[in-house]
Amino acid sequence: MAEAVLAVYRGDRESGKPVEYKVPLAPGMVVLDALHYIQGHLSPDLAVRWNCKAGRCGSCSAEVNGRPRLTCKTRMDSLPLESPITISPLRAFPVIKDLVTDVSWNYQVNKKIPAFTPRPGVQWKMFQKDVDRPQEFRKCIECFLCQNVCHVLRDHGKHAQYGGPRFFVRVAGLEMHPLDGVSRAKLLKEQLGLGFCNITKCCTEVCPESIHITDNAIIPLKERIVDKYYDPLFWIVRKITKTGGS
Amino acid sequence: MTEKFETHEHDVLIIGAGGAGLRAAVEALNQGASVGVVCKSLLGKAHTVMAEGGIAAAMGNVDAADDWKTHFRDTMRGGKLLNNWRMAQLHAQEAPNAVRELEQWGALFDRTDSGEIMQRAFGGHTFKRLCHVGDRTGLEIIRTLQDRGVQLGIDVYMECTVTRLLLDGGRIAGAFAYWREQGRFVVFKAKSIVIATGGVGKAWKVTSNSWEYTGDGMALAYEAGAELMDLEFVQFHPTGMVWPPGVQGILVTEAVRGEGGILRNKLGERFMEKYDPKKLELSTRDVVARSIYTEVREGRGTEHGGAYLDISHKPAEYVKRKLPGMYHQFKELADVDITKGPMEVGPTFHYTIGGIRVEAETGAATVPGLFAAGEAAAGMHGANRLGGNSLSDLLVFGRRAGLAAAAHAKKTSAPAIDSKQVEDAEREMLAPFEHRGGPNPYEIHRELQDTLQSLVGIFRNEEDLKRALAEIQRLKERAANVSVEGSRLFNPGWHLARDLKSMLTIAEAVTRCALERKESRGAHSRIDFPEYDPVWAKKNNIIIRDGAGMALRQRPVPEMPEELKQVLAEDK
Ligand SMILES: Cc1cc2nc3c(=O)[nH]c(=O)nc-3n(C[C@H](O)[C@H](O)[C@H](O)COP(=O)(O)OP(=O)(O)OC[C@H]3O[C@@H](n4cnc5c(N)ncnc54)[C@H](O)[C@@H]3O)c2cc1C
Ligand code: SF4
Ligand code: SF4
Ligand code: FES
Repeated sequence: MAEAVLAVYRGDRESGKPVEYKVPLAPGMVVLDALHYIQGHLSPDLAVRWNCKAGRCGSCSAEVNGRPRLTCKTRMDSLPLESPITISPLRAFPVIKDLVTDVSWNYQVNKKIPAFTPRPGVQWKMFQKDVDRPQEFRKCIECFLCQNVCHVLRDHGKHAQYGGPRFFVRVAGLEMHPLDGVSRAKLLKEQLGLGFCNITKCCTEVCPESIHITDNAIIPLKERIVDKYYDPLFWIVRKITKTGGS
Repeated sequence: MTEKFETHEHDVLIIGAGGAGLRAAVEALNQGASVGVVCKSLLGKAHTVMAEGGIAAAMGNVDAADDWKTHFRDTMRGGKLLNNWRMAQLHAQEAPNAVRELEQWGALFDRTDSGEIMQRAFGGHTFKRLCHVGDRTGLEIIRTLQDRGVQLGIDVYMECTVTRLLLDGGRIAGAFAYWREQGRFVVFKAKSIVIATGGVGKAWKVTSNSWEYTGDGMALAYEAGAELMDLEFVQFHPTGMVWPPGVQGILVTEAVRGEGGILRNKLGERFMEKYDPKKLELSTRDVVARSIYTEVREGRGTEHGGAYLDISHKPAEYVKRKLPGMYHQFKELADVDITKGPMEVGPTFHYTIGGIRVEAETGAATVPGLFAAGEAAAGMHGANRLGGNSLSDLLVFGRRAGLAAAAHAKKTSAPAIDSKQVEDAEREMLAPFEHRGGPNPYEIHRELQDTLQSLVGIFRNEEDLKRALAEIQRLKERAANVSVEGSRLFNPGWHLARDLKSMLTIAEAVTRCALERKESRGAHSRIDFPEYDPVWAKKNNIIIRDGAGMALRQRPVPEMPEELKQVLAEDK
């Protein structure tokens, strides 16, 4: 039977290294199946998170050959098998063990965001065209892949001043809810550090739900802030894109 | 003694952060109780997130003739009248409001042209009744509840697994748990506990359920002396993926059929015309699952042993908009474009219909201070659950359990924690590190899955069930000696070693109940007793701990009042 070799990061907060495992291949197999094979037959204490195995819960994120992926949706037959497939934990968060990282920071950020607050006296009627856009944002499965690739977190470690794309998406979903009545502009600027985002679009590229994070969430939110405050970086971007004649 | 462990105290402790647990938490918080929620995974990853097709509520937005009576009747008929009628009634009456409440907390359902919540058809429902968001309804519901809970200041203990309920005399005093991350132990003191831990699907091999579904809550309640009920009824969803092998069991939502999907065998015959000519693909799940199984067994299955499910006669854009998750799931995992050709599908374990026996109004179990709601509880669905009736069940009875648990806490004095029970719970958790050379938990798990898959499946008979029972007994003995490698730091092998115990307990209960019920009804089909039995129509199977052994007895199905009997008799 054909085999693949996986080089899986094994270790904890202090130290770790890739360890190679041979795994038999089956048709349609995904990386998570390979990890389960390792757990079930080779190393029962391999730490990995998963739940749905169908791309719906966002638990199984890892870096596969250096690319942030949901392991339950990454087919083994989409990967080159000549050399070992490297599987490592998300880099933007501290490792707990093996592929499991400490993502609690995200839950802290989430707590800062005021919940949906209906305008006083609203009628509970909404039309599909008005909910299409916020529904796009509500598709988010909290895989945190976008957080993992955003350089503001990954390379600059600005976790204390920044919310990251996942939470810009969340705020956008609330701000664009047709019946919501509060503004989160101040929060975006002062606590979630939206100004740090320089629209590299790396987040959009990795989103497994194909949410247009930058174009549909971040840029409109930046516009809202510009309308309220002055954001020098975005002012330039807006100028470029406007004169760029798109 | 308890000072040895990290300790938290709450009026109400909720075990489980799916729809039922979160809805209970919100309600208990509304009552001013101090509430803790414990869950095995990260917040937002419970099974509820995976629900696809929709939530059933007789809102009448699309079919104006719909009302609670019709929903009640559909639920009771779908459940082959074994349901707790009062639960079915409360559920049908309260579901619309439960959905509206979600909307008021920010949920965005798909809309009708007149701006109302959209509803779709589903098996066994007379009218278009399932409120939905494409095919990701559960995600919308769990996020909404999560946000609501966070807003109310809920305390969540994530990646923390409860392994024992602690008692003070006969009543609830708290729970013992471990943090998955560091493997440290923790004690919760609580006056009320709500179990909202879901089902036991991971004990079967082909399943739509995740690693979390190991029957923990049911087993914890059983160990604490509570009654379990109707466990012979487990739901095999007719349509799981069958190919490729890695994706076997992953759910194909019933919404595909709700949106007009057609089932065919390899000869191209629309076989549901034979099994249920009236409702066809939208017959109840027990019927459709048996039909597919029968087609395959009689040699008319597809290449990989399933049936074809086809929605490609609908416009591609429509399919992608209404079933985006299915479209991507098949494209990415099976190389099938469902807008162009059929899917291959077959039955997969889906839902645990039986569970902890509860009082309809309050969700109270038979141990004082203990409550249960959602998939972990029994009664609501009778012998077969209708699709969409689970999400609404979570909200209606989650709310009720939260309310009753808070009220119970208010009138109860603080219970005492018994250090002997705590020490015992600790010892149990540490044992697998001390056994050397014992069996590997994964190995036992695979054997259990194979056993249940082949012997306690869609069609059952006495011989198979007896063999299953003997096998479970043997596995229990082996499981008592499992050994684990590595440390207590996030160690899935160790976690599984404990989960196995719950799975084995509930597997035994399912098998015993299935052996006892000598008839076929709903999701329980006995080849050796293929007919309904009017005597069994009036009995619920009850499982209760008797010393170290498991006792089985029956209770009469509660008698329905006259006016509901009339509702039931009406034909619509
Ligand atoms: C793929 C799929 C699709 C579905 N689609 C639909 C649908 O369209 N409509 C519908 O009505 N129903 C659907 N269902 C069924 C429905 O989703 C579930 O029955 C329901 O979500 C269960 O909710 P719950 O709150 O009871 O439990 P869950 O949401 O499963 O939550 C259980 C919680 O208990 C926790 N837990 C378990 N054991 C322990 C322990 N020992 N210690 C601490 N915490 C513990 C878990 O971590 C989790 O947080 C679907 C199910 C699946 C699997
Ligand atoms: S576009 Fe902004 S949020 Fe997205 S990755 Fe780039 S900097 Fe980060
Ligand atoms: S926005 Fe996309 S990438 Fe980011 S957490 Fe949500 S689903 Fe994942
Ligand atoms: S396991 Fe749920 S997204 Fe991969």
